[in-house]
Amino acid sequence: MSTALTYPPRTLAPEQDAMRAEIRAFLEKDYAAGGFSRGQEAMARYDIEFSRRFGAAGFIGVTWPKKYGGRELTFLDRYVIIEEVLAAGAPCGAHWVADRQSGPLLLKYGTEEQRERFLPPIVRGESYFCIGMSEPDSGSDLASVRCSATKVDGGWLLNGTKLWTSLAHVCHYMIALVRTSPLDPQHRHAGMSQMIVDLNSPGVEVRPVYNLAGEHHFNQEVFTDCFVPDENVVGEVGNGWEQVMSELAYERSGPERILSTFQTLVELVRSVGDNPTETEARAIGRLTAHLATLRGMALSVAGMLADGKMPITEAALVKDLGTNYCKEVPEVARLICSPEDGAGGNSTYESMLKTATLIAPSLTIQGGTREILRGMIARGLGLR
Amino acid sequence: MRTLILDTADRIFRDICDQVLIDKAEKGEWPAGLWQTLEESGLTQASVPEERGGAGGTLGDGLYFLKTSGRYAAPLPLAETLIAGVLLAQAGADVPAGPLTVAPVRANETIAVVGGKLSGTATRIPFARNASAIVVLTSEGLVVVDPAQVTIEPGKSMAGEPRDTVIFDGAPATVVGGAVAFEALMRLGALARSVQMAGAMEGILAMSLQYVQDRVQFGRTLSKFQAVQQSMAAMAGQVAAASAAADAAIESTEAGDNGINIAVAKARVGEAAGVAAELAHQAHGAIGFTHEYALHQFTRRMWAWRDEFGGEPYWQAELGRQVAKAGADRLWVLASQT
Repeated sequence: MSTALTYPPRTLAPEQDAMRAEIRAFLEKDYAAGGFSRGQEAMARYDIEFSRRFGAAGFIGVTWPKKYGGRELTFLDRYVIIEEVLAAGAPCGAHWVADRQSGPLLLKYGTEEQRERFLPPIVRGESYFCIGMSEPDSGSDLASVRCSATKVDGGWLLNGTKLWTSLAHVCHYMIALVRTSPLDPQHRHAGMSQMIVDLNSPGVEVRPVYNLAGEHHFNQEVFTDCFVPDENVVGEVGNGWEQVMSELAYERSGPERILSTFQTLVELVRSVGDNPTETEARAIGRLTAHLATLRGMALSVAGMLADGKMPITEAALVKDLGTNYCKEVPEVARLICSPEDGAGGNSTYESMLKTATLIAPSLTIQGGTREILRGMIARGLGLR
Repeated sequence: MRTLILDTADRIFRDICDQVLIDKAEKGEWPAGLWQTLEESGLTQASVPEERGGAGGTLGDGLYFLKTSGRYAAPLPLAETLIAGVLLAQAGADVPAGPLTVAPVRANETIAVVGGKLSGTATRIPFARNASAIVVLTSEGLVVVDPAQVTIEPGKSMAGEPRDTVIFDGAPATVVGGAVAFEALMRLGALARSVQMAGAMEGILAMSLQYVQDRVQFGRTLSKFQAVQQSMAAMAGQVAAASAAADAAIESTEAGDNGINIAVAKARVGEAAGVAAELAHQAHGAIGFTHEYALHQFTRRMWAWRDEFGGEPYWQAELGRQVAKAGADRLWVLASQT
C-alpha cells in the first residue's frame, strides 16, 4: 500500500538562475516601459502585443527543438519563466495554452507536417490555441463528451458544442476532443479523437459567456458541419482519451495554481507597511509560509516532469492545495485590512482584493474540481 | 551514507519501538534498550563530527534520522541530543555520550554564571531527568551540567514526555564553549520539532489508510465511502505539505542558508499537524480515542510539539515581520528562495 506522497526538494542549477535573471530583466524593462499592467490570474488576462514581445524575446516554447524555433532548454527553465511571469502578474493568456499544452501535444503525437506548420508561429507569440474539452453536460465527466466528427472525403465534419473555452475569442485554433465513434457504455473512453479546428473556418460560431465579474473570458463554440481536414487530426483516431490524460499533468502542476491571487498578497503587504501589528504580521506570515511551501512542491513536481516521470497524483494534490490557498488569500486580506473600513490606503489593493474575491469561485473548479482531484488523490493512496 | 543511516534507523524503530515500549516510557520507564541500540549504531550523534564524539554525518543526516524517529513516536530525547550536540560542536566543545538536553528553552528565562556557579531556573526542559548532561546557554557561553548537581522537579507534556523544571542554583559552571544566541537554539528547536511532526504525520497517515481499508461498516470498508476518501485526500495534502516544508528546511539549513525556511516549516507544519490529527481521529472513530489504540501516541506528541520552540503564531509573526521589512516588491524573491 502506498502511503504519503513525497515532494523531494528540488534545487535549481546555475543555468536556471541565469534564466531567472534573463526573464526578470525582460519583465522589469517591459513593465517600466509601460508594456503591461499587473493583474491577477495572469494566464486569464491577455495582451497580444505583450505575447508578441514575449515570443520575440525567446520565452515561448523554450523546451522545443530548435528546428521549430525552440531553444532546447529544460523543463525547469520553462518553470522558472512561467513562475516569474505569473508572479509579475503579466498578461500571458494569449499564448498560454499553446505554450503549455498544445505545442507539447503536437510534439508528442503530431505529424512532422503539423509541427512545422503550427509550432514556429506559436514560438513567435503570434498563434494562439484553446482547449476544447468541456461541453454542456460534460464538465469533469469528460468521457461523456458528445461533440462528434463524422468521416467524409478528405476529412471530418464536426457537429456539437464546446463550453467554458478560455479565450477562444482570441485564439486561432482549438484542439478539440471529439467522438469519432458513438459512445459505448462498456468502454466510455474509447472512440475519442483530438483535432485541430481552425476557429475561422465556416461552421464555427464563437459566443461569449460572461463570468460573474462581468468579464469575457469563457466562450461557447457551436460547430455545424464544420470541415476539419484529415491533416488536422492529432495522433491516432480513437486515441484521444489517452492523449488528453497525458496533457492534464501539465495543466495541473503549474505555478498558476498557487499564484492566481498573489497580487492581492503583494498589495496587502504594501498596504500594511513595514511596521505591522502582531495580527497583521501573523496573517502575512501564515500566507507566506503556505506560499513558500506550495512553491517548493510545484517546483518538485516540475522536477519530476523534467526527469520524465508522470506525477499525476502529485500534480493533483498541488492543484488542490494551491487553489484552496489562492481562495484563502482574499479572505484573510479582507479580515485584517478592509477597504470598507478605510484600511489599505491604496486603490490598487482595493482593486486586487475585489478581483481576487470575484475570481475565487472558479479556482477550485477549472482544471478539475476539488472533488474530482481528491478522488484522484484517494486513488493514488490506494483507496479506490 | 544517508540511505544506510535511515534504513538502519527504520529497522531499529520497527523492531523495538512499539506501542508497549512507548506506553511504558510515558509511565516513567526509561527505554534503555532502544537508546542503547541507537547510540551503539551512532545514530544519536549522527551529525556530530567524529573528533567531537559523533558519527561524522551531516546535519541533514541527523535531521532525517529525527524525521524517521517521529514516524515511530520514539519516546527519547533524540531531538534534544541532536541540538545539544550541534551547539557544542559548533562552539568548539566535545560532546558527551548519552542522552542530552538543553536549557533554557524559553526566552524569558536566564541562567547566569555568578562566581563560578550557575543561578536561575528553567522550566519545561525536555527529558532533563534522563539526560547524562544538560547543555546550558548562559551569557558567558555554553556550560555542560551534570543533572546530579541540580534540582529537578518532574513535569510532563500532554504526550507524557518529561518536561522538567530545573533549578540550577549553585551548580558548578565550567564554560566549555562560546556564547550561543538564544535565537539559534530556537531555530534549531523549531527545525527539530518540525521534522519530528512531519515524521509523525506520515505515521498517522499510514495508520489511517490501513484502518479505513480494514474497517467494515454498512457492508463495505470505510475506504469505499466517497466522504471518507475525500477526507483522507485532504489529510494526505496536509501531510505532504508538512513533509515538503520540513524537508526544504532541512536542505536549506544544511546548505548554510539563513533564510526563512525554518520559520516557514514550523508555521506550516504546526498548522498541518493540527488538521491532520483531527482528520486521523475522525477516520478512526471511537477506537482512536481509546488508550488501547496507538493513534494517540502520535497525535498527543504532535499537539505538544507544535507549541514547543515557538508555536505557529510565533513563527508566523516572525515571518510576517521579515516580509513586511523586505517590502511588497521583495515578497516573491523571499518566498521563492531555493
